[in-house]
Amino acid sequence: MKRVYKITLLFGITILVASCHNNSAPNYQYFPNMYESVGYETYSESNAFKNGKEGQLPVDGTINRGFVPYEYENTPEGYELAKANLKSPIDSLDRSSDKGQALYEIYCISCHGAAGNGKGKLVEREKFLGVPSYKDRVITEGSVFHVVTYGLNAMGSHANQLSAHERWLVADYVLKLRSQL
Amino acid sequence: MKKVGNHNSNSRKLFLSLALMLTFSLTSFAQDATPAAATEAPVAAQGGDPVKGKELFNSNCAACHKLDAKSTGPALRGIAQKHDMAWIYKWVHNSADLIKSGDAAAVKVFEENNKVPMTAFPALSEGDIDSIIAYTSEVKAEAPAPVPGTAVAGSSDQGGISNSVILGALALVMAMLVVMLFLVNNVLRKVAKANGIEVASKTPTTPIWKAFAKNQFLVLVTSIFLLLASAYFVYGFLMQVGVDQNYEPIQPIHYSHKIHAGDNEINCKYCHSAARVSKNAGIPSLNVCMNCHKNIAEVAESTATPEYSKAFYDEQIQKLYTAVGWDKSTQSYTGKSQPVKWVRIHNLPDFVYFNHSQHVTVAGIECQTCHGPVETYEIQKQFAPLTMGWCINCHRKTDVKMEGNEYYTKIHEELSKKYGVDKLTAAQMGGLECGKCHY
Ligand code: HEC
Ligand code: HEC
Ligand code: HEC
Ligand code: HEC
Ligand code: HEC
Ligand code: HEC
Ligand code: HEC
Repeated sequence: MKRVYKITLLFGITILVASCHNNSAPNYQYFPNMYESVGYETYSESNAFKNGKEGQLPVDGTINRGFVPYEYENTPEGYELAKANLKSPIDSLDRSSDKGQALYEIYCISCHGAAGNGKGKLVEREKFLGVPSYKDRVITEGSVFHVVTYGLNAMGSHANQLSAHERWLVADYVLKLRSQL
Repeated sequence: MKKVGNHNSNSRKLFLSLALMLTFSLTSFAQDATPAAATEAPVAAQGGDPVKGKELFNSNCAACHKLDAKSTGPALRGIAQKHDMAWIYKWVHNSADLIKSGDAAAVKVFEENNKVPMTAFPALSEGDIDSIIAYTSEVKAEAPAPVPGTAVAGSSDQGGISNSVILGALALVMAMLVVMLFLVNNVLRKVAKANGIEVASKTPTTPIWKAFAKNQFLVLVTSIFLLLASAYFVYGFLMQVGVDQNYEPIQPIHYSHKIHAGDNEINCKYCHSAARVSKNAGIPSLNVCMNCHKNIAEVAESTATPEYSKAFYDEQIQKLYTAVGWDKSTQSYTGKSQPVKWVRIHNLPDFVYFNHSQHVTVAGIECQTCHGPVETYEIQKQFAPLTMGWCINCHRKTDVKMEGNEYYTKIHEELSKKYGVDKLTAAQMGGLECGKCHY
């Protein structure tokens, strides 16, 4: 009888220890203050700021380095003006590189498709509808840049994923695709 | 014996309720399987072709209109009952003209929808519009109504429950068998005693442990073995302190990489866009989600799995809307937003420097090499141990991508001469120097 108790006790302890391992909680650390410094980390909560977040918006009126103002407004009139007047600043070296294609295949392909015919993966699976073929739209470099910057109806702005220079590269590639459709 | 009887009646109750639950979950599965085709009687409007109409609708109108819900424009199902066809032709060909002409119905629709102009479609023929209207006149396929009573068994995580119920039942049966064996043995002994039969008792011999304790060599060997084994386990335990492999915290929004990066093949960098250019890969800000989710307010029936129901997924998207402050019914931002507190999974200690752009853009390493098959993860977890040994091993094995990188041409020449090799590993280029990762 005593043996039975001992065995159950052993089993119980093993199970208890094994079940302590929990994937939804982080593991122990040797010296936590070596791992978690006093300085705040990316995305952490922090008392250093009023709203308690490390991620802050730039102060009003500040401008990033290399910022180029964009003067066309996000209105139908601004769109028409951009379509008529805006010209690409990128040079022939950039135009012949495949950077534009690489970016297009990250950011646009899910909706517009590899060929630009409006048949991306999301459209094929009927998750996101109403994506036009580039061929059916009257577009220019300027208007593509304008649309990627501000978005248009159901299409959102991609300005925070792509820098101005990268948007020009993509715009150039879009026109290349359009001429092949 | 009375005790045993009691036990039995308890277990009968248990079995009964188990059987009940199983039958219920069976009926609810059967419900899912009944096809919804019965209600799909097309009400073809003026001889248009609904199949062609669907195609035209999806490519021209779906950007702003849905069949059953307001999007940029109003819902279009059953629109033929609201306006006559002549009006609809005029409207679709050029709605701005119709509004300008002072048509009462047109002005009213325009004003009800915050005066958003609708694109003009002069190129669509009347036949095309007929087809579109035929498509919008189709009766909505009804989802099978849930039968009251199945609700208990058919709750969201059905598969999980019935599995663990079965396992539990099996364990119970095993336990009962053991108890019964014990009791039977007792009873037999009692019967034997009553009948005067002698139960064979053991003859006393030296117990095995005493014999063992006398053999000193055996004791020595076993204790060495035990010491080694426990040292091994203690070492293993100490080495895993501070390593968070397979850590998968519960996130505030159940966001599935399997659905986004797997099924819908969205590129990792669409969301983790900073990985191309900076130290951090970054968690996407919610405006990136809204590029798609302005339009995707709910998941399709086919996305739901036995483990996660459609209602569960839709609730998660609703959480996203609450966080960004997006009002589905008016299709506009309310301006009241709150941060989503994602729980950080991968986190190197602060004394290590790791840079994504160096590995992703310069070295051209796929995300999956370090983060595992993320496109199959329903719940994101840490795939690699993120120990120093892991980094170093890879630096020893992986060649540096030299082609097309002018920055490396000179150093490549010098180093390949020094090591007498064609290709350089990251280690040979200095990837083992303490100061590269620690400073
Ligand atoms: C989430 C899906 C989605 C993504 C991603 C997307 N688009 Fe679009 N795009 C749309 C939709 C929908 C429209 C139609 C908008 C309308 O006219 O109502 C559109 C329209 C356009 C147009 C035509 C605008 C016009 O002037 O008529 C261009 C050009 C365009 N997109 C370029 C891009 C580029 C470049 C990218 C990648 C940086 C991109 N899109 C990414 C959905 C998307
Ligand atoms: C650019 C977005 C857009 C596109 C694309 C669009 N619509 Fe509209 N539609 C609207 C808006 C917005 C309204 C509401 C009236 C207004 O504000 O002009 C509307 C109203 C309507 C109405 C009147 C609805 C009512 O409740 O009275 C009909 C019919 C209609 N659209 C049909 C179509 C058809 C058919 C197509 C495709 C060929 C289409 N629309 C494409 C934006 C659009
Ligand atoms: C639609 C946007 C989206 C796409 C596409 C996407 N992710 Fe994520 N990713 C997220 C969000 C949101 C989180 C935070 C929630 C979580 O951890 O589940 C996240 C978290 C992660 C994390 C864990 C971050 C941490 O806290 O340590 C890794 C690693 C990751 N993603 C890798 C990938 C990889 C690899 C791919 C491509 C196969 C990918 N992601 C595609 C949105 C996305
Ligand atoms: C490129 C388009 C796209 C982007 C960007 C996107 N989603 Fe999704 N999302 C989808 C699609 C497509 C579905 C699946 C819809 C279906 O199956 O019917 C979905 C489904 C979902 C669901 C329900 C299923 C699940 O994963 O639990 C949630 C929640 C969700 N998304 C959250 C987010 C969040 C949070 C972000 C931003 C980090 C985001 N999505 C960004 C396209 C996108
Ligand atoms: C060489 C290995 C490696 C590759 C390749 C890699 N990662 Fe990481 N990733 C890491 C490590 C290590 C961390 C932890 C970084 C830290 O804590 O500072 C991390 C952290 C992350 C995080 C969360 C923390 C952060 O930095 O924002 C995300 C999200 C992420 N990776 C996504 C990606 C995506 C998307 C890709 C592909 C474009 C990718 N990673 C490629 C090793 C890698
Ligand atoms: C999948 C393989 C792989 C893993 C895992 C990996 N690295 Fe690297 N790492 C590379 C390669 C390849 C390079 C060379 C990139 C280049 O061309 O500069 C590199 C370069 C570096 C450099 C720059 C070295 C130099 O000479 O300038 C640092 C710093 C670095 N890695 C840190 C880390 C850390 C810290 C980890 C672990 C958290 C890690 N790496 C994990 C493959 C890897
Ligand atoms: C490729 C990048 C890399 C290089 C090179 C590197 N380390 Fe590390 N080191 C790491 C990482 C990553 C960790 C964090 C391991 C962890 O958290 O488990 C670490 C942790 C440590 C620790 C703390 C012990 C621990 O496991 O937490 C010490 C001490 C250390 N390194 C010493 C060195 C010395 C000495 C060198 C030079 C010979 C060196 N490291 C070179 C990446 C590197």
